[in-house]
Amino acid sequence: MGIRFILMVNKQGQTRLAQYYEYLTLEERRALEGEIVRKCLARNEQQCSFVEHRNYKIVYRRYASLFFLVGVDNEENELAILEFIHLLVETMDRHFGNVCELDIMFHLEKAHFMLEEMVMNGCVVETSKSNILAPIQLMDKAS
Amino acid sequence: MAGSSLMETFFQRTLEDLIKGLRLQLIGESASISKAMDEIRREIKSTDPHTKSTALQKLSYLSSLYFYDMSWASFHVVEVMSSTRFAHKRIAYHAASHSFDESTPVLVLITNQLRKDLTSTNELEVSLALECLSRIATVDLASDLTPEVFTLLSSSKVFVRKKAIGVVLRVFEKYPDSVRVCFKRLVENLEGSDSQILSVTVGVFCELASKDPRSYLPLAPEFYRILVDSRNNWVLIKVLKIFAKLAALEPRLAKKVVEPICDHMKRTGAKSLMFECIRTVVTSLADYESAVKLAVTKIRELLIDDDPNLKYLALQALSIVAPNHLWAVVENKEVVIKSLSDGDPSIKLESLRLVMMMVSESNVAEISRVLLNYALKSDPEFCNEILGSILSTCCRNVYEIIIDFDWYVSLLGEMSRIPHCQKGDEIEKQLIDIGMRVNDVKLELVRVARDLLIDPALLGNPFLHRILSAAAWVSGEYVEFSRNPFELVEALLQPRTNLLPPLIRAVYLQSAFKVLVFCLHSYLLQSGIVASTTCPDNLAPNVLEVLSDKDHPEGTDLAPHDASAHSKQEEGFNPRVLNQSSEDLPIEYGEEASAGHGQAATVDSLERNNFNYESIMNMLNLIELAVAPLLGSLDVEVQERAGNMLSFIELVRKKMLDSLAQKEDSLDRDRTEVSEIIEMMNDAFSNELGPVSVTAQLRVPVPDGLLLKQNLEDLETICPDVQPPSLNSFSFGSLHSEERDGDSLPILPKKEESQSSNESTSLLSEHRKRHGLYYLPSEKNEIGSNDYPPANDLKSESNMNYDAEDLVKLTDLSLVPKTKPNHAKTRPVVVKLDEGDQWPLAAKLQPKEASLSGAVRDVLLGSDTKSLSQSKPSDESSNRRKGKEKLNVDSPSESKEKLDDVEQRDGENPSSRKTKHHKHGKERRHRSTGNVVDKGDENVQKGMQNSSHRHGKHKARQKTDVAMNVVPQTQVIPDFLL
Repeated sequence: MGIRFILMVNKQGQTRLAQYYEYLTLEERRALEGEIVRKCLARNEQQCSFVEHRNYKIVYRRYASLFFLVGVDNEENELAILEFIHLLVETMDRHFGNVCELDIMFHLEKAHFMLEEMVMNGCVVETSKSNILAPIQLMDKAS
Repeated sequence: MAGSSLMETFFQRTLEDLIKGLRLQLIGESASISKAMDEIRREIKSTDPHTKSTALQKLSYLSSLYFYDMSWASFHVVEVMSSTRFAHKRIAYHAASHSFDESTPVLVLITNQLRKDLTSTNELEVSLALECLSRIATVDLASDLTPEVFTLLSSSKVFVRKKAIGVVLRVFEKYPDSVRVCFKRLVENLEGSDSQILSVTVGVFCELASKDPRSYLPLAPEFYRILVDSRNNWVLIKVLKIFAKLAALEPRLAKKVVEPICDHMKRTGAKSLMFECIRTVVTSLADYESAVKLAVTKIRELLIDDDPNLKYLALQALSIVAPNHLWAVVENKEVVIKSLSDGDPSIKLESLRLVMMMVSESNVAEISRVLLNYALKSDPEFCNEILGSILSTCCRNVYEIIIDFDWYVSLLGEMSRIPHCQKGDEIEKQLIDIGMRVNDVKLELVRVARDLLIDPALLGNPFLHRILSAAAWVSGEYVEFSRNPFELVEALLQPRTNLLPPLIRAVYLQSAFKVLVFCLHSYLLQSGIVASTTCPDNLAPNVLEVLSDKDHPEGTDLAPHDASAHSKQEEGFNPRVLNQSSEDLPIEYGEEASAGHGQAATVDSLERNNFNYESIMNMLNLIELAVAPLLGSLDVEVQERAGNMLSFIELVRKKMLDSLAQKEDSLDRDRTEVSEIIEMMNDAFSNELGPVSVTAQLRVPVPDGLLLKQNLEDLETICPDVQPPSLNSFSFGSLHSEERDGDSLPILPKKEESQSSNESTSLLSEHRKRHGLYYLPSEKNEIGSNDYPPANDLKSESNMNYDAEDLVKLTDLSLVPKTKPNHAKTRPVVVKLDEGDQWPLAAKLQPKEASLSGAVRDVLLGSDTKSLSQSKPSDESSNRRKGKEKLNVDSPSESKEKLDDVEQRDGENPSSRKTKHHKHGKERRHRSTGNVVDKGDENVQKGMQNSSHRHGKHKARQKTDVAMNVVPQTQVIPDFLL
């Protein structure tokens, strides 16, 4: 399994989105998120985007006030994950129009849907923005 | 009820309201969440589906972002899942995939719901169900729903099909038997032309192959086609990952893929793809010199890039190259070593790993020295990383790379003094281990241990306690190598030892006991000499004192001469003195002397001159004074050892005094008694300890009736207050009040205070002035000033100016591979056990994975799986010998029979047929192709295929007709692998 979890965390360290691809109990999740957020938020812009934590490698990128953190296993291509994060942001940007933290807070379900289109079982399965957004637009139309 | 639900619907807060409320935080976050939880608990019981689903939505929001438990609502999730409205359904599915796990009891209830949604005409519903299944599928769900997934695998809707492919991964993992059903369709998707489908399928195979690559070798031609044709970087990266696994198994495949991979590496503009190419080359194609060279050039480009990400990855790639191509690291060592002082911890860590890889027996000393200087300057975390990696590198394979153990042992001593050092456990282990394994190093080991023990400042640092315990043990066990046993006893009993945890204190006491016994024994031997030369007994001390005074300044040319004379004398006279008491002692002593012969023997005899009546009495007094208060210790270990020691002293002292008083007649008899006692004790301690195999315990049979795996949990309920003794528990309070009996003694720190060690050391020096009797006169020369140096004082400031450049220069010299390192010293003998120095590797396949790969092989290879590995080598050779013209020689009748077998087993699965050909050489291939098209046709096809293949193109894709598809494939494989 390539991607183990995806987190979006704001500057204050509050989790805005959490998606896990392996089952962890709530306590494990809380501990993991706390440790990772502490580790990553302390780093500066000049440092690289990869942090080793436990048996994960965290690939992260900061967009404005929001950190995108992706936990992967050691086999995964780190640069591809960075591209994946960027693709995710671009996709959300296209859907919400200049996406910001509030968009994700209030449309968490949609953000999850985009992720579900892009990642399945920890594999990146879709990389075309219009393919990712098509079912969401379909749903919007239906409801 | 209806009324209230109506009210709820009207006045229910939506998720948006909840989030707004949380943001406003009028009543504080936790208060507003618990209020919301109360509402949710009420609303979720509602009969109105809208109210219910909104409540569930809020609940899963709070659960996923604020970690609130929602397992209590799992039944409600199932209820909402069965709603007919899509909006409700998706809330429930999301909640389920977030909160369900294997043990959720309601999982059995959703099988039918999932089946219904999987077969729904609404593709969004199908996708929801698939999505959910990919997260929560259990063994039961996977086996029950395999038929539905199988159907969807060939769905005409790409949107559904790609999700079905994604779900297969989880289904296979949970229920390996599903492979037999679904695998063929999965492979078909690999051969399809749709790019979306292809990228999902490749992703799935990448995951499958990472667990068990061997089973997917037969699919190599497909992957090769993708590698050559695809222009999608995501897909290429996945394919490269697959080849990295496969190429390691099949050298012919490696040869084939090297070229396209290098092409990609040269051509691509995407760094991610380039890096994946590099990684593939350095992990799996390390034998191809030109490819590795290209990769290393690319690595160098990344290494000097400003982007820290690329630098990090380049370092990582280098560490993969290092084992096979150290030159790549040496070429870039400048950058690597400079990265040690990079601002980024991740980069520092990578470069540390690389530096450790450069370590060899010829440069370990230099590199460790420079790293230690880095450790002094860096933050605690990285400092301990450095120490940890030095320790683990040096002890690898029973200290394989260490030649000069004296150096290494003093390095360990130095490490202990580094302020941030937290590697006490490891250093403790190695100090003791080296002592047991390497005989020649004991002298230096004892010296290092003495330096550690004698420094009172170190006792204040709890991280060092384990090291001190090792030092104490070493100096007690190998006391015969000690220069000055008196000083040792003093160090072991110094007042600040009350800062140690009781268990370590017990080690100190035991070591002091060993030293005492050793001193008494040596004294007896010496006075034996005196007695034999018929000197009056009371003169002996004086004579000895004179001697010892003469010998004391080390390095006078008289000393060695004297010493050797004495040692000869001793050995000569021993038997005569001791034959009354015990026969084996002279042998014992002879062994001892020869064990530490050379240097050690000289030192031994030098020091033995100090054993005179007065110094022994002083020592007895000192021990009595220091140990007596410990009789009241709360810790049993300490108390008991103190008791033993004191009664022993009492016994010995009485006899010694007696013998002094009565001198002549009874002298021999009393002596004998005393010496018997002492000798017995000495014998008890003089057995050499050796290393113990880690598997030794396994060889001890478990006695009958002993339950090793009994659950002892209920013990806790019986005696909940009993705490197991722990090394880290400090209980000074009562201890120290009992130790000092009411004297005007300085108040020692009650808690561990590493910071305030200055204060306590000054108190200690005061104490020292007042109670001179704690310290023997000779000690004053040793520690000149009254002030102890603060803990971990960095004495060698001048050595600290090492810089990155220095290491670069240094490694310049030392990294040049030498055929024979020119060491002055030869490596001492290191005791190695034949077996069991390492833990046996538990190389067991997970049963599930095994069954999964078994299933995959069954599908791909038919029932010939077993012969796969055995038949391969012979195949290879025979193929090479026979060449291609062998193709048409086989008799068609025979082949036909076998083919029928194949057909029966595999149906029309093309890939399975492929496998056989590839594994069983030309005969089989010929047979099956002969069946599909006639022979003439085959030759034509083959020719076409070969020519087209040379251009890197492949016709299989354009062909839709099944029969036609089979032909090129069957021919491609051998072409591919030969």
